[in-house]
Amino acid sequence: MTVETPPQVDLNAQIPEGPLSDKWQNHRFKMKLVAPQNRRRFEVIIVGTGLAGASAAATLGEMGYNVKAFCFQDSPRRAHSIAAQGGINAAKNYKNDGDSVERLFYDTIKGGDYRSREANVYRLAEVSTQIIDQCVAQGVPFAREYGGLLDNRSFGGAQVARTFYARGQTGQQLLLGAYQALAKQIDAGTVQMYPRHEMLELVVKDGRAVGIVTRNLVTGEIDRHSAHAVVLATGGYGNVFYLSTNAKGSNVTAAWRAHRQGALFANPCYTQIHPTCIPVSGDYQSKLTLMSESLRNDGRIWVPKSPDDTRPPDQIPDEERDYYLERRYPAFANLVPRDVASRAAKRMVDDGYGVGELKNGVYLDFGDAISRLGRDVIEARYGNLFEMYEKITGEDPYKVPMRIYPAVHYTMGGLWVDYNLMSNIPGLFVTGEANFSDHGANRLGASALMQGLADGYFVLPATLPNYLADMLGTTPESVDDPAFAAAEEEVRERVNKLLSINGTRSVDWFHRKLGKTLWDYCGMSRTAESLTQAMKEVESLQEQFWSDVRVLGDNESLNQSLEKAGRVADFFELGALMCRDALHREESCGGHFREEHKTPDGEALRDDDNFAYVAAWQFAGAGNEPCLVKEDLNFEHVKPSQRSYK
Amino acid sequence: MQPSKSERGVRIPLLRKPGAIPGMWALEFYRSNVGKKAVMAISGIPLLLYVFVHMLGNLKLYQGAEEINAYAEWLRFIAYPGLPEGGAVWALRVVLIVSFALHIHAAVSLTIANRKARPQGYQSKREYAVASYAARTMRWSGVIVGVFVVYHILHFTTGHAHQDFIEHDVYHNMVTAFSSYPVSAVYIVANLLLGLHIYHGAWSLFQSLGWNNRRFNPWRRSFATAFAAIIVIGNISFPIAVLTGIVD
Amino acid sequence: MALNLTLRVWRQARPEATGRFETYEATDISEDSSFLEMLDVVNERLSDDGEEPIAFDHDCREGICGSCGVVINGRPHGPLERTTTCQLHMRHFTSGDTITIEPWRASAFPVLRDLVVDRSTLDGIVQAGGYVTAPTGAARDANSILVPKSASDTAMDAAECIGCGACVAACPNGAAQLFTAAKVSHLNLLPQGQPERWSRVSDMVDRMEDYFGSCTNYTECEAACPKGISVDFIAMMNKDYLKARFKDRRRQGQSG
Repeated sequence: MTVETPPQVDLNAQIPEGPLSDKWQNHRFKMKLVAPQNRRRFEVIIVGTGLAGASAAATLGEMGYNVKAFCFQDSPRRAHSIAAQGGINAAKNYKNDGDSVERLFYDTIKGGDYRSREANVYRLAEVSTQIIDQCVAQGVPFAREYGGLLDNRSFGGAQVARTFYARGQTGQQLLLGAYQALAKQIDAGTVQMYPRHEMLELVVKDGRAVGIVTRNLVTGEIDRHSAHAVVLATGGYGNVFYLSTNAKGSNVTAAWRAHRQGALFANPCYTQIHPTCIPVSGDYQSKLTLMSESLRNDGRIWVPKSPDDTRPPDQIPDEERDYYLERRYPAFANLVPRDVASRAAKRMVDDGYGVGELKNGVYLDFGDAISRLGRDVIEARYGNLFEMYEKITGEDPYKVPMRIYPAVHYTMGGLWVDYNLMSNIPGLFVTGEANFSDHGANRLGASALMQGLADGYFVLPATLPNYLADMLGTTPESVDDPAFAAAEEEVRERVNKLLSINGTRSVDWFHRKLGKTLWDYCGMSRTAESLTQAMKEVESLQEQFWSDVRVLGDNESLNQSLEKAGRVADFFELGALMCRDALHREESCGGHFREEHKTPDGEALRDDDNFAYVAAWQFAGAGNEPCLVKEDLNFEHVKPSQRSYK
Repeated sequence: MQPSKSERGVRIPLLRKPGAIPGMWALEFYRSNVGKKAVMAISGIPLLLYVFVHMLGNLKLYQGAEEINAYAEWLRFIAYPGLPEGGAVWALRVVLIVSFALHIHAAVSLTIANRKARPQGYQSKREYAVASYAARTMRWSGVIVGVFVVYHILHFTTGHAHQDFIEHDVYHNMVTAFSSYPVSAVYIVANLLLGLHIYHGAWSLFQSLGWNNRRFNPWRRSFATAFAAIIVIGNISFPIAVLTGIVD
Repeated sequence: MALNLTLRVWRQARPEATGRFETYEATDISEDSSFLEMLDVVNERLSDDGEEPIAFDHDCREGICGSCGVVINGRPHGPLERTTTCQLHMRHFTSGDTITIEPWRASAFPVLRDLVVDRSTLDGIVQAGGYVTAPTGAARDANSILVPKSASDTAMDAAECIGCGACVAACPNGAAQLFTAAKVSHLNLLPQGQPERWSRVSDMVDRMEDYFGSCTNYTECEAACPKGISVDFIAMMNKDYLKARFKDRRRQGQSG
């Protein structure tokens, strides 16, 4: 079969003219509007109801648009945004400690290792303050001071306290705020909610996104939905690694289907590894659990000096312990950034110093802190985390040091979007973790919630009308259009194919294999060799999948194996692209570390001359090599510099 | 026919029309389950007070025939001649009958609604984590106490169920009745069940009416326990006293 | 230490089908695995034997999304207090145990398949009024609303609800009082929630009662709640509901 190579896309990021600090305001004024009485003439589809999706659906519904919102979970309240623990950043400067929009912008750009767009990041910092206002008005119970004002805490990568939080459940409370606003709109009828529906295809006609094809996960019905615009707010793809801190259902399918329809996928190799997760305990392991980064404030990380030391930790004397972060990074010690801490732990475990039965973790020891501050203080600070740790491992962290190991946590890459959050397919918008836009090669703590809500509450509701305004008077494409029929046919074929293979291996077996391959070869550190190997293995595994996977049951009822199979099938293709992207990026930056590119003492070494660009990949047909399209990053306001934490 | 979920998304509508009948706020209120529970709690209060006073009055049994019969006489002539003979008692009875009727109607309709809300239980042996035996048996203790009250009225008020009834001779009626083991047994069992009913009900009413305050919450349980205990001990003491010959 | 268990699992192919219990031997289960991971292992073996895996809802597997939840030996989310099914680990069982696994039971939660139920009626309660009307962009500066710390903390105690439905499952009346009360109290305790306070509580309670049973104060819900939400909130809701029914709400600027 010959596939025509699609014409090379010309990327225009649509960054507004003018000084950085005026760009967003100027742009807002220049954009076209849709008058209130005309809004109900527009249909908008939103896929995903996490922070980015729910907030956008609620806001657009409230403005008067007809919104259809979809989620695969049984309720919009369950999206994985709910699991975020730490907090949300905003440049409120309530602590009077020198914070400002400028500073949040700068911290985010630097934290992203200079691989994000200045204009986007500046806008993010700018609207961050409005997010807090909005959430408080909704009744989000943020932590308070005794006087009734909002409390803040500090977080990694910043020297100011700008993080707003609601106990250890900030993500939950923010999502519930957005969910409640969405619920109001559902009741008002402006938003039609489709829970337990999974988007399985994007419909593109004459180069525009005109609708989607979904599968009702309860009845198996394949439905066509058309609209003037489609918004994907479908989250990240960390589950490609099988073991990650993502929810089991998190997947790349919606984004990947859009990619196959022509949307460019940017920087897929940027994956964030979180250093403090509970290590794997056996092959039944289905997911990894993150322990808040704040633990590193009082815990000391160490491994025994001798790899053969099998004594329990409390019997290892201090001089036979290697506090490797304190040794290697005296200035920041246990508080080095996420990527640095993660790689250091990996190095210790790879060299055989791992602890625990499977020798796959390092100690995070609160012994010193407990004797210095007392158990009460530690309990007040981390009580809930200690409890969670004990529930999962059965060990009491007040007595035995915790065992931790890094795990995949967030993906900075995603579908390419311009300043208006529109992909290169007109009418297809992408928000939240699903797009690539704001975090560059590494995301700072407490910034994911900020980005999701900025996109959903403030950016998209301003930029979407600009696209819709030109379509006034048009009706959405008829679902009887051949484009819809073809998309539906494609979905049906895929479903039938998956059900008819009837091989010998379960979907999870393949997913685990794929995840292991990617973790080993395209995980925390990568080499040209490992990546080439990974691509080979992923390809052969993919072939095996399509000939040997076993999906029992039928399409006409709730079939969780079928759901998983479709998602894993897309993970194979994404995994291959991740490796390709990682292989082409001959530098180390943020979450992407190439062993070939490091400073003499082992730190990440960027190559700004050759790689200061966004790598956006264009699908070129199944089996063909994707095309690389570059969007150059221009730094006018900040000067890229080497990060140092010594 | 409703369009399928796939066509119109999921929205969970209100099935009833809210605030349908203007002016009928009381009916509206009673139509809701939370309202019914409040009515149960409120109607329970006069019943609780009544059983308490009833028990106190009957303690006169220990002072002998004259005292208790005089007490009964006094009850009949409260506010006489402003009120006719038995007027005050009848006024009280009306309050009790209304309370009783509301209490039972609310209980029955809530039970029906609750059965509909969970038609199928669990097949594994259900382990209640915290619910007390009293709470779980409210319906049974309620029904049995209700039947007992009817018997009690026929027994001591109208005399239809009494072997040797002499009108206005309360002392005689009580002593002759409780001399019979089966009759005493019925009274003792019924009062134990009444105690069980009160043990949950007197606590529950605070919850149903929203009288909740962390400062006095621990007292709610103590209050209900003490109240139930006093009623039970007082009431079952009468048949026991008769049977053991303390009163004869 | 590996466990050998006997599972009695509710299997039901589709909503209208009649279900039944099936017995499976779950051998060689690691005691460090979670309850859902144990089911994963059983499912993998079922699939290898050509039998369709047991369907159960789950997502985050860290106790916050509220997706998971089955009745384990008669107890929603199993024997451990304040623990979701996904956070229950097999070390709390002993080899040789027979474990009965059933879906949530309530007429408001129809079974979709095996252990999966439809809980959208809970969403319906929130849709009725479980929000503060605050159109995007209209908010004033966050610090201009003072919230006493104690009010904020109590609101947060209520807001921690994960919407799993264990309270309904635990209630012999299939009542959703604890769920509804948690949301009502969260918002009614905060200054931001005051303008809609009375309409919120009556609208939410009314919709709740259309689908769920009523409260008999067993407090089983509190015991089953993986977040330990207190029945005190039910009392708060009852009080607000009673007040709302008798208030002249036009004076609060509300209708009804």
